Amino acid sequence: MNAPITRDPAPLARPSGRHWQRFTPRERLMRFAVYLVVVAAIVASARTVEVIPEFLLDAPEQVHDLLQRMWPIAWSYYPGGVHDALMDTLHIASLGTLIALVMALPIGLAAAPNVVPSRVVNFVARLLLVSSQSVNSLVWALLFVAVFGPGALAGTLAIAFRSVGFVGKLFGEALEETPRGPLEALEATGAPWLARLRWGWWPQVKPAFWSIALFRWDINVRESAVLGLVGAGGIGMVLDSAMNLFQWTRVAMVLAAIFAVVVVAEVIVTQVRKRVL
Amino acid sequence: MDRLRPDTRPAPWPADWPARLGWLALAAYVIYAVARLDVNLPRIVSGLDNGARFIGRMLPPRIAQPDSLIKGLTESMEIAILASALGILLALPIGLAAARNLMPAWATWPARAVIAAARSFHPVIVAIVFVKAVGFGAMAGIGALVVASIGFIGKLFAEAIEEISLKQVEGVRATGASFMNVIIFGVMPQVFGRFIGFATYQLDSNLRNSTMVGIVGAGGIGGTLFSAFQRFDYDFVAAILLSIIAMIMVGEVLAGLVRRVFVGHGRVDDE
Repeated sequence: MNAPITRDPAPLARPSGRHWQRFTPRERLMRFAVYLVVVAAIVASARTVEVIPEFLLDAPEQVHDLLQRMWPIAWSYYPGGVHDALMDTLHIASLGTLIALVMALPIGLAAAPNVVPSRVVNFVARLLLVSSQSVNSLVWALLFVAVFGPGALAGTLAIAFRSVGFVGKLFGEALEETPRGPLEALEATGAPWLARLRWGWWPQVKPAFWSIALFRWDINVRESAVLGLVGAGGIGMVLDSAMNLFQWTRVAMVLAAIFAVVVVAEVIVTQVRKRVL
Repeated sequence: MDRLRPDTRPAPWPADWPARLGWLALAAYVIYAVARLDVNLPRIVSGLDNGARFIGRMLPPRIAQPDSLIKGLTESMEIAILASALGILLALPIGLAAARNLMPAWATWPARAVIAAARSFHPVIVAIVFVKAVGFGAMAGIGALVVASIGFIGKLFAEAIEEISLKQVEGVRATGASFMNVIIFGVMPQVFGRFIGFATYQLDSNLRNSTMVGIVGAGGIGGTLFSAFQRFDYDFVAAILLSIIAMIMVGEVLAGLVRRVFVGHGRVDDE
């Protein structure tokens, strides 16, 4: 196998007259342009960004101070002040996800060109999905707090409206990848539109749909923990008031609770995925 | 003919009792959660009323303070760019150390712990801690988003490395290459394309989050947005939101361009 190399290494070393290159000049030029722009952007940002070196220098001291103030964690605060808010956060995440699923079903269907063969409807549905996604959940929360007043309702709707875009986009993509076979069989029997949807499309996208729902629920548990910072209910409100009162041992308690819930949610999601889906 | 009697034929779609119970449990949960969160019709109706007034006050959008809008947007961009650059730089060695097919267990465990810790908190919560550590301003936002980038890029980079083909790595190793050379010539070429994908996605995500960390005082347009909300300057809020969406969309287009140059080999219309 390696005989030609050991016997005659010359062909490898001999210049062949042709110059081999991995990329075309245009490719290299474009790559170089991207690198240049990236470096220029970094340098420009680093030069103009407002950084106060004195603050940076005493950061270790401040972190040390912060940790000292956070210790010992106020575990006794959990039953009275944290537990209810933590459960509210979980309900905001779950209910918000469910509302998003209900809204995402029709929009996802409308966004898939093989389900609804109308360019206009597809475009409108896509526009709805993109606008849901391009607004951060905290901004949705600010808007809903302004409309419905502070509380869990605003948080639930914020989670729901932010998640519609995510779920609807992935659901629409799953629909687009569905094979036509079962649908053509149903069409041949003369099944009406609703029956085709129920017995043709749904069984094929069901696993993808629940998998997307679980994925988004996991994200929503993390996101719903911060919504309270803008007054949209849940554990974030406890965090906000503890911080405003400089009760750092309570802040540590809240952070520990959030951490525990996030870990538990991730374990639940991996277990459900392994056993059910 | 006996076997065609209707009562002996199995139902084409047998009743799925576990699924029905599941739906029932879901319905019960929704009722319980709605009651618990105090979501009721009068509140929603009065809210819709409020909503109409709210939208009325948002229109037309008005740029009340052009200076603070532009300053906030540029600061958000600076935060996103610097946080992405620093975060990716730090995430590369951590992600490499976390790859179980190349590294021994004593290296993967600490690296995996760092990645898990960085991922467990929302960037805005991390920003709170950084505001305390380095004071108000862009520096805190950069710190928070660096942590978020380490979590995301580190995890995906480790997964990408775990999926590579080890034949090429062995080939490079067989030439007597040093560890760094194995990484540069055996591993990197296999994951570079996906790395560009993560990096542009992270820049995008950092740009989105850099507009939010200002809510807790960590710099960027978020602070301007939050104070406009608190002053009930809803027409300025609308203007800020529209400019944030425009900025994010431009960022997405640029990220798509970079992905085309590197992953599509830049020869969209070549040859």
